Amino acid sequence: MRFGVVIFPGSNCDYDTFFVLKEVLRQDTTFLWHKDHFLKNVDCVVLPGGFSYGDYLRSGAIAKFSPLMREVGEFAAKGGIVLGICNGFQVLLELGLLPGAMLRNKNLKFLCEFVHVRVENAQTRFTHKARPRQVLRIPIAHFDGNYFAPPELLRKIEKNNQVMLRYVDEKGEATEEANINGSAASIAGLINKGGNVMGLMPHPERASEALLGSTDGRVIFASIIEKFKHD
Amino acid sequence: MIDRKTIADHNLTLEEYKRIVELIGREPTLTELGIFSLMWSEHCSYKSSRVHLKKLPTTGKNVIQGPGENAGVLDIGAGTAVVFKIESHNHPSYIEPFQGAATGIGGILRDIFTMGARPIALLDSLRFGPLETPKNRAIMDGVVAGISSYGNSMGIPTVGGEIYFHDCYSRNPLVNVFALGLVEKDKIFYAKAEGTGNPVLYVGSKTGRDGIHGATMASAEFGTETEQKRPNVQVGDPFKEKLLLEACLEVMERALIVGIQDMGAAGLTCSTSEMAAKSGTGISINLDLVPQREEGMTPYEIMLSESQERMLLVAKKENLAEVQRIFAKWDLDAVQIGEVTASGRLRVSFRGETAVDVPVDAIVNLCPIYRRPTRKPAHLKAVKKFELPPVPLDWNDILLRLIASPTIADKEWVYRQYDHQVQINTVLLPGADAAVLRIKGQRKGLAMTLDGNSLYAYLNPRTGGMIAVAEACRNLACVGARPIGVTNCLNFGNPEKPEVMWQFKKVVEGMAEACCFFSIPVTGGNVSFYNDTEGISIYPTPVLGVVGLIDDINSAVSPRFKEAGDVIVLLGENKEELGGSEYLKAAFDLEKGPPPGIDLETEKRVHELCLEAISRGLIRSAHDISEGGLAVALAECSFGSRAKTGSIIDLNDEIRPDALVFGESQSRIVVSVRKADLSVLLKLAAQKGVQAKAIGKTAGREIIIRHAGREIIRLPVEILYETWKKSIPQVFSIL
Repeated sequence: MRFGVVIFPGSNCDYDTFFVLKEVLRQDTTFLWHKDHFLKNVDCVVLPGGFSYGDYLRSGAIAKFSPLMREVGEFAAKGGIVLGICNGFQVLLELGLLPGAMLRNKNLKFLCEFVHVRVENAQTRFTHKARPRQVLRIPIAHFDGNYFAPPELLRKIEKNNQVMLRYVDEKGEATEEANINGSAASIAGLINKGGNVMGLMPHPERASEALLGSTDGRVIFASIIEKFKHD
Repeated sequence: MIDRKTIADHNLTLEEYKRIVELIGREPTLTELGIFSLMWSEHCSYKSSRVHLKKLPTTGKNVIQGPGENAGVLDIGAGTAVVFKIESHNHPSYIEPFQGAATGIGGILRDIFTMGARPIALLDSLRFGPLETPKNRAIMDGVVAGISSYGNSMGIPTVGGEIYFHDCYSRNPLVNVFALGLVEKDKIFYAKAEGTGNPVLYVGSKTGRDGIHGATMASAEFGTETEQKRPNVQVGDPFKEKLLLEACLEVMERALIVGIQDMGAAGLTCSTSEMAAKSGTGISINLDLVPQREEGMTPYEIMLSESQERMLLVAKKENLAEVQRIFAKWDLDAVQIGEVTASGRLRVSFRGETAVDVPVDAIVNLCPIYRRPTRKPAHLKAVKKFELPPVPLDWNDILLRLIASPTIADKEWVYRQYDHQVQINTVLLPGADAAVLRIKGQRKGLAMTLDGNSLYAYLNPRTGGMIAVAEACRNLACVGARPIGVTNCLNFGNPEKPEVMWQFKKVVEGMAEACCFFSIPVTGGNVSFYNDTEGISIYPTPVLGVVGLIDDINSAVSPRFKEAGDVIVLLGENKEELGGSEYLKAAFDLEKGPPPGIDLETEKRVHELCLEAISRGLIRSAHDISEGGLAVALAECSFGSRAKTGSIIDLNDEIRPDALVFGESQSRIVVSVRKADLSVLLKLAAQKGVQAKAIGKTAGREIIIRHAGREIIRLPVEILYETWKKSIPQVFSIL
């Protein structure tokens, strides 16, 4: 399986994601430059974390106009696998590949720390290796991770089982305190209706090596890789 | 014509002005005067500190680059080197906390990547006034947000640091920022302008009127009109700097350039003249070609602007087009504004006329050096004499007060605003004794820490200087790292005051002695004088940044207790020392007495023991005993553990029990070991000549301390933890 990690000029988790895919998980991985017009025959596009264009405007708002994003849109429309992490998730929302929007964190501060998220739907190509309702310990690092969707849309998302991850406490309860950034319905990760595009605020690439304190993030990558084998 | 007022406005003395006239053989133009005023400012020239800084050891077999470049460089083996430095951004951060701190980060990062290194870590040492004052809270809030905004966007993790609170910083906060980068040994770049005819390129942001006289501002005391200096503070653009970082590293990786220097303090002036001076060449530039943000800028303004995110490159002639192509890829301009000459002069033209024509040597190397008078401050006598207050009655209450004091309380409110994990190297999260990073593809690990207790330095500058070095090295020993090099930031008051100069001299002597003793070279640093507001100086505040190596990253040790049933061992000796302690301050509002003594020989033996025990896998947790003494150290070991494991301690030393529990005697580390390993550790300690004693065990959910069989402290860890955790956030929740 071949992964492509997109580099926007202000991406800063591009090398981290590349390192985990290539060196830790031993996958064929390449970089994709935001100004390019082709996807180098990759099977999965990863939009990494960072500040794509400085994010002085709404996070991800300018990135959606990158030449490469048109290709990514078409790739996704044809069922191509797309994973957006943190800023990548924000870009997917701006592109309209996932529903909703991001607001500033409820405490109006940047937040970097390990959080717990619960796997809400363990039957997707991004999560099937996890146990249903498994609690994962993965770090977040963002200023705009307060997920928002109007009530109507929220109901639809829930009904379609599009919620992939929710912020919970250590025991797996979705308490208000555990909802660290104030997200609607504690949503930390979403999938599209087609099941081929996922966005999440936590950084699975930061939780893929025991030396760094957690390997819980691997379950996302491992799910993608294994499902692809059987496709 | 240059009159006396103009000279004074440029912070130059009449003697200095006369020297300028002599050196260039005529009266300077206004632009030239501006250039000299910047380059001869304390900030750029180190004219008051140089004679003392010479005492610091700067050589060693692993030193690739000592002081004098953008940053120091140390060989760490396997073809790799670390590039690191610390800088102050105190004055700007007081005037405009957010941008002041943010551009401090921008500046220190440029220092690292101009040498060809990719920055992998930031740490910062901050000093604020007490948080009861709204203004101090606003300053702290702004500084932290500024660091967070710049560092996070650049993708450089802020992995550690320290924060102290004291009244002396109310009108003069300190923001010292440290950065470290990794580079392949044969790909280091320097600030060189070699090769006559080579193009001089301007890259990065356009030049505006911001930051004019930043360096001179940092070289004078603040009065009441400080607020008016707001326009002197630059505004940061981290996204632009991220582009600059990637583009610069790309042209360096491909060896397309000869030399590079960032335009930090003193902007275009400093970069052109220093690069030429270092190479024995000259530089000619045409200011009409400099990209400008505003219309109608004068040569004076263009030369003195401190607009951020700019670099000066000297390219190889034949590579000009390729360099420009790479910058264009990153949406940046690389404009040729001049060339290297053999003249030894800085020549600047503007609209067809010569604006500047002076020897670079005069600007860079011929600034007068001062041996300023020194006088022992009167306060030293007054603080020496004091009577120890009676031993208190409620020990639990005092421990809770210490734990809640902002200097000791949890700093998560601060570091959760910093991305401390990006680049996926962070092995120990902030809050440990030192930051620990892995080096991808190597077994070795890196550790780094910042340290400096200004109260000690106030009470005894020499001892304060020594302890700053010793404690930093001790912090490294606690995580399992051996120190390899030092950078330092020396924050002092006005050097024209003999008392301040005396403090400076003594602190540097103390540091020099300790650095020599530990055989760690000082590869650079920064002196920040004039930290006075309305005539009141800060306490002398040396901040030491020490970098260390861990042989095997998997053996790094954290301060948290691992599980109940381990034995707690104290390495080092308890002494009856209470002077300068947080305890005296918190319980009795006293800042008196001699600070704890320091014996470097003992200190070193304790480090050796700790390092060896860690490498043999004997140590499960290790934590340095510092502010708040043994009781606070034990509490901190409990806080880190997931289960909030407590401890039961029995002490029998025949000294005042408050000194035993809250005293800050140096050269002590509290470790936990498996029962089965205790005898091995004690034997090893005996061999190394270190006092080591089992003082208790990890157990339960309480901290229980007994002295001579009598219980003096018993508190649930949970209550201590809540107090520690909430202290700082609570203050900010009422903003």
